[in-house]
Parts: sequence; structure tokens; C-alpha cells
Amino acid sequence: MSLRIVVCVKYVPDATGDRHFAEDLTVDRDDVDGLLSELDEYAVEQALQIADEADDAEITVLTVGPEDAKDALRKALSMGAHKAVHVEDDDLHGTDVMGTSLVLAKAVEHVGYDLVVCGMASTDGGMGVLPALLAERLGVPQVSLLSQVAVEDGKVTGRRDGDAATEQLEAALPAVVSVTDQSGEARYPSFKGIMAAKKKPVESLDLSDLGIEADEVGLDGAWTTVDSAAERPARTAGTIVKDEGEGGKQLAEFLAGQKFV
Amino acid sequence: MAEVLVYVDHVDGAVRKPTLELLTLARRIGEPVAVHLGAGADEAAKVLGEHGAVKVLTADAAEFADYLVVPKVDALQAAYEAVNPAAVLVPSSAEGKEIAARLALRVGGGLITDAVDLEAGDEGPVATQSVFAASYSTKSRVTKGTPVITVKPNSAAPEAAPAAGTVERLSVTFGELATGTKVVSRTPRESTGRPELTEAAIVVSGGRGVNGAENFPLIEALADSLGGAVGASRAAVDAGWYPHTNQVGQTGKSVSPQLYIAAGISGAIQHRAGMQTSKTIVAINKDEEAPIFELVDYGVVGDLFEVVPQLTDEIKARKG
Repeated sequence: MSLRIVVCVKYVPDATGDRHFAEDLTVDRDDVDGLLSELDEYAVEQALQIADEADDAEITVLTVGPEDAKDALRKALSMGAHKAVHVEDDDLHGTDVMGTSLVLAKAVEHVGYDLVVCGMASTDGGMGVLPALLAERLGVPQVSLLSQVAVEDGKVTGRRDGDAATEQLEAALPAVVSVTDQSGEARYPSFKGIMAAKKKPVESLDLSDLGIEADEVGLDGAWTTVDSAAERPARTAGTIVKDEGEGGKQLAEFLAGQKFV
Repeated sequence: MAEVLVYVDHVDGAVRKPTLELLTLARRIGEPVAVHLGAGADEAAKVLGEHGAVKVLTADAAEFADYLVVPKVDALQAAYEAVNPAAVLVPSSAEGKEIAARLALRVGGGLITDAVDLEAGDEGPVATQSVFAASYSTKSRVTKGTPVITVKPNSAAPEAAPAAGTVERLSVTFGELATGTKVVSRTPRESTGRPELTEAAIVVSGGRGVNGAENFPLIEALADSLGGAVGASRAAVDAGWYPHTNQVGQTGKSVSPQLYIAAGISGAIQHRAGMQTSKTIVAINKDEEAPIFELVDYGVVGDLFEVVPQLTDEIKARKG
């Protein structure tokens, strides 16, 4: 029986660019290049490895976002995912994490799944709560923040490295898992992979395809609002000294002056 | 006055500092009611009461340890329904954020994560967040339902505020999903005796310039001389020189100590994202062009193998 894997990915503004807010206090996406969130590459990689171990598996990569977000899907397809689903709708502008989890849950159900794989967090919002919300909405186990993951005999197992302890986890499929940047280096797409990706199907869905009303998502449907966003004042230039043999002592003097010693 | 639920992070009843910070913030918006799950409620209640908890709701069950996250959500939801609070505050740990998110969805309340400050506002609590590698500071509030807010460590100084801290048992019914993810085994991390990285007032981090696991004791010795925690950049962690649990940055821990010392760290944007809100920043790096120097209050351009031991010795000498 085929193992249906859905990988949720996000198209994010490049963190090395100069990120800003737009006038409506949503993230300004025109101002900076976007890319597949680095942390989602680990999710694609783990899905590919799980699929390799399975007799028969199909990986669908799923994103919610504007036209450009197709780039993130193409990257995942070129790494080896089989097909893609893109949820795109003008009414999605300004959707918060609650709305996004709703759209993803409906889309995952639309695709059909045994396993959903996510990255640990997006590299823009960085909340790290979407996998838990998705599991809650789908009513399936969450097996989150895994540094190791495997699927066998209808079960997913994995290792979660917490602050206080390392845990071995186990859940029956269907389930939602999220993987950390410790799960294993993501592969680079090969030339063959990039060429093949161009021929792989990308299904486009809008809100009506998923039975979602416009007022459940978008800025108006958000359960939170940003009232203000202020650029932090640049730090005033600090003191910089060159070590001429007394650098450590000078630094100790500074720390003592600041009452740290 | 409205009641505010505060989820207690503890180790067998030893309450961790971020929870005491939450109680301080909770008192700005109402009367804190603490929710303690697991063992040690009586011991915890004393400390929670001293920091302003008017009541401590408590539940203990094997499910909290044997299964992941969901049993704690069920219990927090039971507390929510018993109290009908004006807001719910949860410490911003990985698990805390997952608990908060699921609770928010269940009770139909908006979710704000990683707040660094919290004030009362005309339309409910206003949370300050630090975003885009701390280059922006935003103020947000919840517009639907009861606000569920997670707060980062070091967002407030814990204040003593004697309150009743009366312990009341909470009755919890676990749902079907509670036993979905089994914790097959748990290996507690060995204590280093150092403060926890995200909670520490002082953090000393080492990066690529430390040049090997065998040199990290230099960083540890400096941290110990200051009573601080040890951090590492992603480069040092990826090279296997220091554990991932100590990684500071976008994919590791976010820290906001009083003092952050970066040794041999160039200061890539991903690292800056995790430490830029530190109050005082100090860097030691032999490359004077390293971007970390743009952030520092004090920087030493020099060889860390010379500067760090000298600094450690000098601090020890001054402390006598």
C-alpha cells in the first residue's frame, strides 16, 4: 500500500536581505527576494529518506502563498518530491498562523495523507507552532521537533532533543511530524532533478476549492493584530580596541565598570 | 479583578525562573492563577504564592510524562474552563509554545508567541515582540477570544508579591488524542551545573574561531568565572564541537541576557537573530571586519586564545 506523504513548505523573505513591513504591517514581500525556507528543506529531505525506505511512497509538497511561492515548490520538486499543491488566493493576504493552519489542514485532507512532514519553524515568523496546530486541526498525533525520524509498520518513531531530556517518541499513522536542522543535511537538487521538476504537476487551489470562507482568513480573519512596528534604533557605536597584549585586562575593566564583575 | 492563567514550568516542583517572570507580568493585567501539572505542587505553591499567585490549580497524572504535549493541553483547557480567565500566559519554551497554540485553537483565542514585554491596554494585553533578527520591535494584541501569549525568558524581573497561593485540585479528563504520541523513553540531560542557556543573565558563546572541541573549555572557564551559561554558534555545533542544545541563533536558542560575550563568532544574520536583544554585547574576534563588531558595546580585535584566558584570570583576580 502506498505511503502518502505531504510536506508543508513556506516561501519566505531571504533573511540575509533587508526585511521590512508594508503599510498594512504585514511583511513586505516585494522588498526582498524570497526562497524556500531553509528549515523546510530538512522536512523535504526527511520525507525523501522515508520514501526511500518505504516500498511505495508518494510525496506531495504543499504551500500557501502568492504566485512567487511556486519557486519554493519547484525547489522541493527538484530535490525529488513527486507533485505539488499551491493554495493561492487574494483573500489570503495577511493570514495569521491560525488561518494558515486551517488552510493547510483542509489542503492536506484534500490531497489525502498518511504522514505530514513540516520544518520546525519558518525562518520569517519563527513561531514554531504550526505543526502542533495542524495536528490539533487534523485530530492526529503530533510527533514534533525530531532530530531523527523513521516510519515502519504503520508507525512513526523519532527522537526529540528537549531542554531537559532526550525523548524517544512513537505514534501510529496518520500523524504530523516536524523535524529540526539536526535531522540531516538537505540534498542539493541535481541537474536531472531540476529538469524533471519542470514536468512535475503543480495543482493550484483557491479558498473555494477548500470550502473556506474569505472571512476565516486574511487580515480581517486574523485572531491577532499588529498595532505598530518600529525599526529598532541602530546601536550606538561601541568601543573597539585592538589587543596589544592587554586586551583581556581592558575588557575585564569594561565589565567591572558595567558591574558584571 | 480579572484572573490570568499562568502555566507553570517546573522540574518536580522546582519552579523555573521564566514562570516567576510571567507572574510579574500577569499582575499587570490581572490576578495570577498558576496551573501546576505533575509532581511537587505543594513545594511549588509556596514559591508561586510568594510571587503573586492567588491560587494554584494542580493536577498530577502519569499521562503528563508518558505522552507528548496533548495531556498538558487537556489539563490547561480544564483550568481555562474552570477559571474563564482574561488571558493565558505560557513560558516560550518549545513545548510551552505547542501547548499554548493548541489551547488557543481549542478555546478560539488569538495566539501571540515570544513576547518580550506585556502591558495592559484598553483592548486587552499588548505584547511587544522582537522580529526580523531583532531589527524591528512590534506591538500586537489579540482581537478574537481570550489572548494566549507565550513570553520569552528574561522579559521581566521576578518580583516578590505575597499572595495566598492556595492549592486547589483540578479535575482533568483526557481526550482521545492525549495518548496519541507515546514517550517510549526519556534520558535526562546531564546537568553541567551552569545556568540554563535561555534563562542565564550572562552568556559566553564560542564560534568557528574556537577551532575545535578541545578548546571549548576556554569558553567554559570564562563562563564559569562570570557564573554564566555557555553558548555556541551554528558553525561550532555543526562541526561537532559543542552540543546542539547550546546553539544560539535562528535554528537554536534565542537568548536575551544582561551580558552576551561572543568569542570567535563572526556574527552571521542567523546568529544575530538569536542574541541581538542582549542588553550588553561584547565580542572578541581577530577579524576586525567581522559583522559582530557592528553590534557590540565593547569589542576586542585580537586572538581569543590570548584574550579569553587573560580575561578569565583577571575576572577571577578581581572576584578574589
